[in-house]
Amino acid sequence: MADTLLRIENIKKFFHVKRGFPVAKTMTVRAVDGVSFEVKRGRSFGLVGESGCGKSTLGRALLRLVEPDSGSVTFDGQDVLSTNASDMRALRQRMQIIFQDPYSSLNPRKRIGAALVEPLLVHGLADKRQAHERVLKLLDEVGLPPDAANRFPHEFSGGQRQRIGIARALTVGPELIVADEPVSALDVSIQAQILLLLRELQESHNLSFVFISHDLGVVRFFCQDMAVMYLGRIVETGPIPRIFEEPLHPYTHILRDASPVPDPRQSRKFLHIEGEVPSAVNPPSGCHFHPRCPYAADICKKVSPDWHQVDAERGVACHLFDTGNTGPDYPKR
Amino acid sequence: MTEKSENMPAPLSSSALFQEQVKRTFRSNKLTGLGAVIFLLVLLAAVFAPLLSTHDPLIQNILDRLEGPSAQFWMGTDAYGRDIYSRLLYGARISLTIGGVAILSAMVIGTAIGIIAGYYGGKVDDVIMQFNDILLAFPTLILGLIVVAMLGPSMQNMIIAISLTSIPGFARIARAPTIVVRERDFIEACRALGYRDWRIMVFHILPNVTSEVLVMASLWLATAIRTEASLSFIGLGVKPPAATWGGMIREGFENILDNPWLSIFPGLAILLVVFSLNLLGDGLRDAIDPKTRVD
Repeated sequence: MADTLLRIENIKKFFHVKRGFPVAKTMTVRAVDGVSFEVKRGRSFGLVGESGCGKSTLGRALLRLVEPDSGSVTFDGQDVLSTNASDMRALRQRMQIIFQDPYSSLNPRKRIGAALVEPLLVHGLADKRQAHERVLKLLDEVGLPPDAANRFPHEFSGGQRQRIGIARALTVGPELIVADEPVSALDVSIQAQILLLLRELQESHNLSFVFISHDLGVVRFFCQDMAVMYLGRIVETGPIPRIFEEPLHPYTHILRDASPVPDPRQSRKFLHIEGEVPSAVNPPSGCHFHPRCPYAADICKKVSPDWHQVDAERGVACHLFDTGNTGPDYPKR
Repeated sequence: MTEKSENMPAPLSSSALFQEQVKRTFRSNKLTGLGAVIFLLVLLAAVFAPLLSTHDPLIQNILDRLEGPSAQFWMGTDAYGRDIYSRLLYGARISLTIGGVAILSAMVIGTAIGIIAGYYGGKVDDVIMQFNDILLAFPTLILGLIVVAMLGPSMQNMIIAISLTSIPGFARIARAPTIVVRERDFIEACRALGYRDWRIMVFHILPNVTSEVLVMASLWLATAIRTEASLSFIGLGVKPPAATWGGMIREGFENILDNPWLSIFPGLAILLVVFSLNLLGDGLRDAIDPKTRVD
């Protein structure tokens, strides 16, 4: 049915920071450390993880807003990372981004109309008169009044600004949108509005999403597939209903159980997670999750787990699924 | 500084905030307004010099040389019998033109350099700013002296010299807000939309650094006028008989015992302009400085 729109293979992005005095040592932050996944056309792919796990860097790397160190990004059969500058500009019309912070994502000195007309003119998608009409139509689509075009960003609320950010991403008619925590800076009531708007637009424009979030509830609502990231690596991927039904990786399991279910009668025992996310500068040996994992064995401290493709749809990186093991015996919910 | 207003205003964008701050500064800080008014008067005096002057500034009248202020010569006459008041008015034209053109060109070039260095960062930034700091290390007057000595004294070379001494300052001033703005998401959005670098720098970064740059321009215009006077004073300025304030002080210096007015009036003129620009620039800087800002 759905064909693959975006394929990401073994993406790596390391940052080098110099620390220390008088002799500075170079430390390597492995922000994204060998990540692979696929996004199907017309579907939403959720990328979930705690703060600092590299999910935002990954989102920017696949748009080449930061250049990945290695790996490959294939968009609709085209190799993104080896594309030259002028072809890249054309390709950018097809892949867009929505930001988390609506207060930082709009130029304070530019009227909304001007900000939305500019991409159309730059890419030669419309002449001035057409562009104006297109902008009014876009504003209407994202639920803003036509007179918004004459106003400055500071005259809008966070939710309205996020709608403007969405409209800007839509100006060039993209097929894929990387949504980097698009609702986590908003009030819960506004979150729902923006999510419904995104879903509406997804249908009317046949959009695919890479949806970055730390909120499992939001991802569960919006996406069909997901990947769970921990310290720069993907620990589990699969279709959302199956992951929520039966998480394979202990981390996924704990995340699922930590995310509240709106049912007061359902009380249950938690597996809970200890401690903080370790530093990405000096990640734990072996499996990065082992210091916080209730099932950690000796092998987890020494050897980084291989990727186990459980079936066509699901995969997990955990020693509990090494050959001979049947997986952990999770408490029943 | 200023009093906090009772009614909390709605949150403002940085540009609206700047305008609001400027308004408040003028209202609450009378000195800033005074500076603006004085400078405006000097500017008008320079523009309308032919109408305001009582004598031709170049015509010599040996019989009336070295006279003190009188009804005929409001500020007296110099060693060649030329009217000081009229020469001051015409001198304002030259001083303000040299200062203004020099600062304007330094502002354009320096801001461009600062934005390029700040936007690209890394090696580009290192190379540009190292070179910039070398220029910045020279005292303004020395650097101006070197340039004028190399090119020869003329109005055009004065402008080049003063402009060159002001460029590094503008580069530094423009670079700092560029680095702040560069990190904001809307610049990343521009890159995601496939805008070219020049478009991002001109249409998205420049409007966010102009207020800082304009404030410094008003302060450094005072410095430029002073530098021009200093260079003219040591004889490296515009060639006589054209009237310049620095040149007039020097000519007066030779006859200071006979008629001190010759040096006093151009000295006061320089003082007045520098003082007014400093008042204006200080007030404007307070308006945009987050530490003294009224929020």
